[in-house]
Amino acid sequence: MSLEILTFSFMHRALISGVTIAILCSVVGLFLVLRRYSLFGDAIAHSSFGGIALGLLAGIYPLWTAYAVSIASALVITKIKDKYNISGDASIAVLLSSGIAVGLVIIGLSGGFTIDIFSFLFGSILLVSVDDTVLVLALTGAILIVILLLYRQLLYSTFNEEQAKVSGVPVEKINYLIVFMAGITVVTSIQLVGVLLISALFVIPNVTAIMYGKGFKQTAIISMSFSVFSVVVGILVSYVFDITPAGTIVLIAIGLLAGTMGIKSAGLLSKN
Amino acid sequence: MLKVVEINNLTVQYPDVKALDDVSLVVNQGDFLGIIGPNGAGKSTLFASMLGLNTKYKGTIKFFDEDIKKSKNYLKELGYVPQKPIFEKNFPVTVTDVVRMGLRKESDENKIDEILQQLWIHELRDRRIGELSGGQQQRVFIAKALVNNPKILILDEPVTGIDQQSIDLFYSILRELNSKQKITIIWSSHDLDAVNKLANHVACLNRTLFFHGESETFFSDDELVKQYSEASMQEHMHHH
Repeated sequence: MSLEILTFSFMHRALISGVTIAILCSVVGLFLVLRRYSLFGDAIAHSSFGGIALGLLAGIYPLWTAYAVSIASALVITKIKDKYNISGDASIAVLLSSGIAVGLVIIGLSGGFTIDIFSFLFGSILLVSVDDTVLVLALTGAILIVILLLYRQLLYSTFNEEQAKVSGVPVEKINYLIVFMAGITVVTSIQLVGVLLISALFVIPNVTAIMYGKGFKQTAIISMSFSVFSVVVGILVSYVFDITPAGTIVLIAIGLLAGTMGIKSAGLLSKN
Repeated sequence: MLKVVEINNLTVQYPDVKALDDVSLVVNQGDFLGIIGPNGAGKSTLFASMLGLNTKYKGTIKFFDEDIKKSKNYLKELGYVPQKPIFEKNFPVTVTDVVRMGLRKESDENKIDEILQQLWIHELRDRRIGELSGGQQQRVFIAKALVNNPKILILDEPVTGIDQQSIDLFYSILRELNSKQKITIIWSSHDLDAVNKLANHVACLNRTLFFHGESETFFSDDELVKQYSEASMQEHMHHH
């Protein structure tokens, strides 16, 4: 592999956004996985499909409409879930299918699939612009600051809602905050792996990291490292072999998971 | 004597059953109150109401003379140990992580080590919570409840899964907290003998409060103890 590819400016942008998104997804995803909300990212991503279609139809930059639609529908579904006592997995199914349904109808109205839709479905990290990179950095910075500031409340309400309430943590607000942050994270990450593979970045590095039997911060750091590794190696390998980056990134993450399972079966990790 | 808790005419009506019926109760500073009663007697409902988790009740609950519906300040003075702390077995938190969750001021990090030592779980501090035995987990949750130096400790005693050695250690910890550190303790238990040995006040609950007073009075009155035992036994038979 020639190091020449590291001199291309599109590759710089891809790697910078990719690494940033990898960190963001693993941190936000850890809270979702621990709340048994692993597929929530997937559901938001599918609802963003409706938002993207809406943007393309209306001639607005599709990511903006995706942000609006995804965050709004994620918050609404959370409200409905609490009010009507619908289970978490059923509410995810509702959110997921309604996003796709809206998207399909709008695409039909606008005269069929376009190339733009495909780049959103499967990601287009090598095409990411300077503006996109700046947006990714800014949103990731903002979300990471919020997580650091509210670290105890976020962890406590994820661990046990009832006890967190007794300790004075505003559990309902924290729940909405997590949903809100998940909405932003998903839409921000669409450029990297696309709508269809988003939950891979949320879930796989975290499931892998949890197996190492460590405390919360160490688990988060292990997860981030695996996530960054998968994204960087995935982007470079896919470029060299001219294959899809999204699929390659996810396969590398799955490889790390499989490797960890192997180490664990061999009894090399603590019994947890 | 300073009143820590004052409950007046507490009634909780669930759709199909009255969980608590006109319960009034005062807990003074330094009391060690054992709440006993059969399964389904309303102990959990009473605790949930006191902790602000159930707000659908008639009557009033005051902590330090303040109605808990008006102010949540009392929660800062309160430590709570749940009966069964529910979490995923592989939840990635260590003992230190769990105790830190209870800490209101992050500047008090030293307090974590101190409390872990006091409860004999210091050597477990980097272990994941899910790896520990039931008794060890119980002590971790006591540590979490104590880390803010609360004035009141509310404990819902686990019914199963704790070995005898851990139970003895648990009781000696409670005794020390109450006698040396002057923490007011409200403790729900199913173990009549333990309540007799440890608590200085007893409340017998079976939807209504049918006894509340000094434990000596209760345990020296054979008729009361018999009544309680029969009520529990009936409930027990009923459940099987």
